[in-house]
Amino acid sequence: MISIDNLSKQYGSTTVVDRVSLDIERNSITVIVGTSGSGKSTLLRMINRLVEPSSGRVLIDGNDTAGEPAHLLRRRIGYAIQGNGLFPHRTVAENIATVPRLLGWDDTRLRARVLQLLTVFQLDPAEFAGKFPHQLSGGQQQRVGVARALAAEPAVLLMDEPFGALDPIIRAKAQDDLLDIQRRFATTIVLVTHDMDEAFRLGSRVAVMSRGRVLQYDRPAVLITRPADPFVSQMTGLADRAMRLLSLTTAGEAVIPGAAGGPVIAASASLRDALSELVWRGAESVAVVDADGAPLGRLTVAAILAHGRPG
Amino acid sequence: MTTTVARLHRIDPLGALVSAVGAASLLWLPFVVFKLNRILPGDAHSLMQVLPASAALACQVSLILIALVALGIADARVRLAAALVGVIVVAAAVASAANLLTPAGNRVVRVAPGSGFWVLLVALGLMATDAITRLRPRPRPAVRVLMLALFAAVAGAALAHGTFDNLSVMREYAVNAGRFAHEARQHVWLALGSLAAAIVVALPLGILCHRVPRLRGSVLGGLNVIQTIPAIALYGILMAPLGALAAAVPLAARLGIRGIGAAPAVLALFLYSLLPVVANTVAGLKRVSPAAVEAARGMGMTRWQILTGVELLLALPTILTGIRIVLVQNIGLVTVAALIGGGGLGVFVFQGIGQTAIDLVLLGAIPTVALAFSAAVLLDALIDTMNRTRQ
Ligand SMILES: Nc1ncnc2c1ncn2[C@@H]1O[C@H](COP(=O)(O)OP(=O)(O)OP(=O)(O)O)[C@@H](O)[C@H]1O
Ligand SMILES: [Mg+2]
Repeated sequence: MISIDNLSKQYGSTTVVDRVSLDIERNSITVIVGTSGSGKSTLLRMINRLVEPSSGRVLIDGNDTAGEPAHLLRRRIGYAIQGNGLFPHRTVAENIATVPRLLGWDDTRLRARVLQLLTVFQLDPAEFAGKFPHQLSGGQQQRVGVARALAAEPAVLLMDEPFGALDPIIRAKAQDDLLDIQRRFATTIVLVTHDMDEAFRLGSRVAVMSRGRVLQYDRPAVLITRPADPFVSQMTGLADRAMRLLSLTTAGEAVIPGAAGGPVIAASASLRDALSELVWRGAESVAVVDADGAPLGRLTVAAILAHGRPG
Repeated sequence: MTTTVARLHRIDPLGALVSAVGAASLLWLPFVVFKLNRILPGDAHSLMQVLPASAALACQVSLILIALVALGIADARVRLAAALVGVIVVAAAVASAANLLTPAGNRVVRVAPGSGFWVLLVALGLMATDAITRLRPRPRPAVRVLMLALFAAVAGAALAHGTFDNLSVMREYAVNAGRFAHEARQHVWLALGSLAAAIVVALPLGILCHRVPRLRGSVLGGLNVIQTIPAIALYGILMAPLGALAAAVPLAARLGIRGIGAAPAVLALFLYSLLPVVANTVAGLKRVSPAAVEAARGMGMTRWQILTGVELLLALPTILTGIRIVLVQNIGLVTVAALIGGGGLGVFVFQGIGQTAIDLVLLGAIPTVALAFSAAVLLDALIDTMNRTRQ
């Protein structure tokens, strides 16, 4: 869907993004991680041409993005940033309506879309539509920021550390919501973060950047089991890589046949949670049930541990 | 009610000052001055001497009650109301004193408010402004504008009714009525015209300074230098080049551009107006959240849309603060323009000074102060309204 082809950015003589090539799948979340100053934001901002590339191309659905005026391109691409950037002089509804207004949507369509988004983001329209940003909590502002980015139904959504300013609990909730939203609107999301947990939790693929280069671009499990570079294993964390790996597989995916008494765990829970449950209960096996409570099988300590190492 | 009574025991310091000054002026300073004609020195009269006993008593009792409010009541609304009633009482007293002292049909004698009247008025004004700043919650902008309008309406009605016609200032007005209307219009025109011209130039200049930080220092520095030149000196400096221009280019002369007159006045006021507007435009734009501008760009707004729809709108309260400074300052400075033939209410001020006719000075000064005060209230209300809908 998005092809980044040999993309570079130089400021003077320093190269900030260095010959990066990535193919981003449609309808997925791709995460760019890296240390501060590694060029993540610059790479992201070259996709919607907030930064003009020094060389290389970005193709969306096969079309070179350099071929159309930058502001028109940006109206087709959602953009959400840390600190949300809401307009303080406009109400929540007006903020969300920004891009549809630019695109000349008629009032009925626009109002319906604002209502829909407020509802999806759990902001009661009657209460929030007329409020000004400063009257909202940080978490609510952040949701309005994402709702605004999605208002014109963009196929692509770019997010630069969108949850950076949130406390851990609200942040976890915002991450879950984003996964829901991605599924609901079938959006292709590219998200920048320097938080590895966030990258693993959200990304179907993760690009690890250092000093302007993408060192590895793969599924999270592969980053752990087959790191392409010492820096990648340093980023993913050597000490708890086994637990990280376990957190990437769900109980439903690892379930083995058989019945078990004692503790019960949902199929959607991660193996890390399942193992924690076993340790806590002092049990050898746990029953796995689906969302309706119907038994699917069981998990043993040995079966879980087998998923926590490469191979 | 009980709280009001309890508060009576605590004496308000400003109230004490105002009451003492008011009482002293009433006792020892002339309330009105009676002159046989415009120039001759006059005889001083106290309030008790001119008003009939009952009226003088009523007047004194009301002033004593107001003094008690000033001394002991903390409620700002009561204090404000008392001060305003006081202004009306004092104004009515001076008007009736003038009517009583003036023989019927005599248009030569002059009754001028004396120093006692002015001191009382200042004391009451102090009490009123102090009460306004103490009001909690602060009165909403619309309420303030309404109060101003109400006050203007009362004053206007009294003037139209002829309440003050026997006062010396109004005598001067009666003699100069035609010129007064013309000079007042000229005054407003000079102040607003130079402001409008300054906005047209200063706004883009401010935006440019914001965009190109290298320019900021030199532009603001240059404007600062202009600001330090005294008005009269600036008029002098402008006189020569404008005079030369008029001599060299007949068209310019025909357009009214000359070394003296309205042209150098407008030009000087314009130059003075630049700094506050440019500086506040820069400050206002600097305050705009960079995240909001970044988001606006990221959502595909054009540069023009970002400037007009986000940056300038967010900077507007700060820019308006600069415009308020300029407008109030210009209304005052226009007075000096009269010295170089620019017209305006200053004409009466300087004529009055020349003829040592203080009444004529007041005919120019009082409306100027009223204009500046009204402009300040109106623009403050506008700025507050804008700030309220934001943080
Ligand atoms: N406009 C610019 N001019 C010059 N250098 C720049 C510019 N923008 C970014 N850089 C430099 O490019 C490098 C990468 O910046 P970038 O913002 O892409 O980093 P990042 O990975 O997003 O970092 P962070 O996690 O701190 O946001 C930094 O060293 C930065 O100083
Ligand atoms: Mg960044």
